[in-house]
Amino acid sequence: MTAEITTEKARIGAPSIAGFTEEGEGLVSAKVDHSHNHGVTVMSSRAERLTSFDVADFALPTGREEEWRFSPVRGLANLLSDTATDVDPEPAAAFTVDAPEGYVRSTLSQGAAPRGTVLTPADRAAVVASANTDEALHLVIPAEAEPAEPLRILVHGAGAGRRSNAHFVLEAGANSRSVVIVEHTGAADHNGNLEVIVGEGAKLTVISVQLWEDDAKHLGQHDAQVGKDAVYKHIAVSLGGSIVRLNSNVRFSGEGAEAELLGLYYADAGQHLEHRSFVDHNEPNCKSNVLYKGALQGKNAHTVWVGDVLIQKQALGTDSYEKNQNLVLTDGCRADSVPNLEIETGLIEGAGHASSTGRFDDEHLFYLMARGIPEEVARRLVVRGFLNEIIQQIKVPALEERLTEAVERELAATNS
Amino acid sequence: MSTLEIKDLHVSIDTEQGTKEILKGVSLTIRTGETHAIMGPNGSGKSTLASTIAGHPRYNVTGGTITLDGEDVLAMSVDERARAGLFLAMQYPVEVPGVTMTNFLRTAKTAIDGQAPALRTWTKDVKAAMQQLRIDADFAQRNVNEGFSGGEKKRVEILQLELFKPKFAVLDETDSGLDVDALKVVSEGVNRAHAAGNMGTLLITHYTRILRYIKPEFVHVFVDGQVVEEGGPELADRLEEEGYDRYAKGAGAATIAAAAAQA
Repeated sequence: MTAEITTEKARIGAPSIAGFTEEGEGLVSAKVDHSHNHGVTVMSSRAERLTSFDVADFALPTGREEEWRFSPVRGLANLLSDTATDVDPEPAAAFTVDAPEGYVRSTLSQGAAPRGTVLTPADRAAVVASANTDEALHLVIPAEAEPAEPLRILVHGAGAGRRSNAHFVLEAGANSRSVVIVEHTGAADHNGNLEVIVGEGAKLTVISVQLWEDDAKHLGQHDAQVGKDAVYKHIAVSLGGSIVRLNSNVRFSGEGAEAELLGLYYADAGQHLEHRSFVDHNEPNCKSNVLYKGALQGKNAHTVWVGDVLIQKQALGTDSYEKNQNLVLTDGCRADSVPNLEIETGLIEGAGHASSTGRFDDEHLFYLMARGIPEEVARRLVVRGFLNEIIQQIKVPALEERLTEAVERELAATNS
Repeated sequence: MSTLEIKDLHVSIDTEQGTKEILKGVSLTIRTGETHAIMGPNGSGKSTLASTIAGHPRYNVTGGTITLDGEDVLAMSVDERARAGLFLAMQYPVEVPGVTMTNFLRTAKTAIDGQAPALRTWTKDVKAAMQQLRIDADFAQRNVNEGFSGGEKKRVEILQLELFKPKFAVLDETDSGLDVDALKVVSEGVNRAHAAGNMGTLLITHYTRILRYIKPEFVHVFVDGQVVEEGGPELADRLEEEGYDRYAKGAGAATIAAAAAQA
């Protein structure tokens, strides 16, 4: 392969939404960093990223670090400090688990397997959450089980600015089929890790829903290991909170597995919603698909998506694709979108990426209104259509309905 | 019968150099069933007239009136105009992200008619209209105008014209960028809509090419924001031979008088 850095831009633009620009118009930024193992390295490999259980290994970020450069670190001091959960007068967050009998096991202390076998903290936030969670919730879906209803973990913050740490361990037994919803409401400074082990042939969907109140802050690392022939789907839905930053990472422990990392976010004025995904193709013949879609409205609404895909040398026959699309509804927003693709073998089925950020502007509105459609309906039509691609992947009707309503409420705020 | 009446219309736009007057007193009356062609060189203000009728926010009406059966069109919002029966086939239809053609067509039809179309017949109607305009069936599932070629976008404009059944259609250079086959397909669509709904048509064009397929009863020549000559189809023939040169500055006054006598 020869180095053709100049073609990268064209490649990344190719499958984007027609009419959308890759880089927006001044108020929108989109950046592309990646290398294709052709001798040109724009940045260091994702594989070299530090992971550790030792808090001392992660200095407090300044905002200049690659993995923190888009985040408002000044607003995260409480969450990044090595601090225990605030339990006075009650814990900063209440956890409620709704699962069939026997699924909830004894909690896991530090170092008690399977805790720590899949998730090793990859940044300051994750390491302090891990270090400050003595007992981790352990939820096991037995092999072959197919619970009729989704399992639920409700995280309800007791008050803004109150520090909460959590670590959940979720195991889906071989050939089980299940959906797990982790729902966040209320307000807190919540630092939550989720460790997921998907057994052979299992099918697991994890939906992390952020319906926080306006003054909540939430950092999290969600790591999954997907077994042979298993199918894992992770959907992050972030609507509430003042700062949300979630890392959804996946790797494989056998061939023939599939991973889908999806996301939907809707940022209002002053809101920072950041999603990072990392697919580590460390096994041959696995498939991955990453799709994050976001809408932005209001002054200083800021969204970030950083999608890393690493196709390791041994991962022959990999088929991967990642895409991020943003829809900017008003002036004054900023959408950062960075796909990073590293490929260490040419013997793959496919590896693609796309990123586009477009505006819903007066011309779109005029076109729809010129066909008799009132302004509010036109706006709804566009945003709903845009975000529906993710919502319809949830396949839990009651939750889809709630999220559709939540999106409608966000939309109603556009005009106020 | 309905009447769309434009009286002494003055329109300006805001530019970086200040306000610029584009339409300088345009008067035009169109009745349902009639086809009018507005012809003129580039920059004469033809498209401004089209966009002003539709209510594009870029254009400021500084004088004159537009009425539809006596109702003040200028007082209506863009969507109200469409619901009142005006349709603009755009010169540059925009791509609308996230909205499929199917969803868009149904939403617009519902808005225009004030009630949702009967699902069964509607689906059939859409399919048939698409077929006649030689639009691939898979366009229905694609987002509005997204990735469509120039010719496809124009066909989709005419598809809407046929489905929405307006009282008056303004076709803003629908012929530009079309090859002969596409021009024929599009013209047939306009003629069908005309015949089916007794539609009034305002056909805006630079070239006489489309007039081989769509026959206007009235031709208005537009130069520098004004109608400088009016006549029947024979005027278009003359334009084809002579071009717009004879309307160069200074030649206008006499022809307006002649046109007025004819009208």
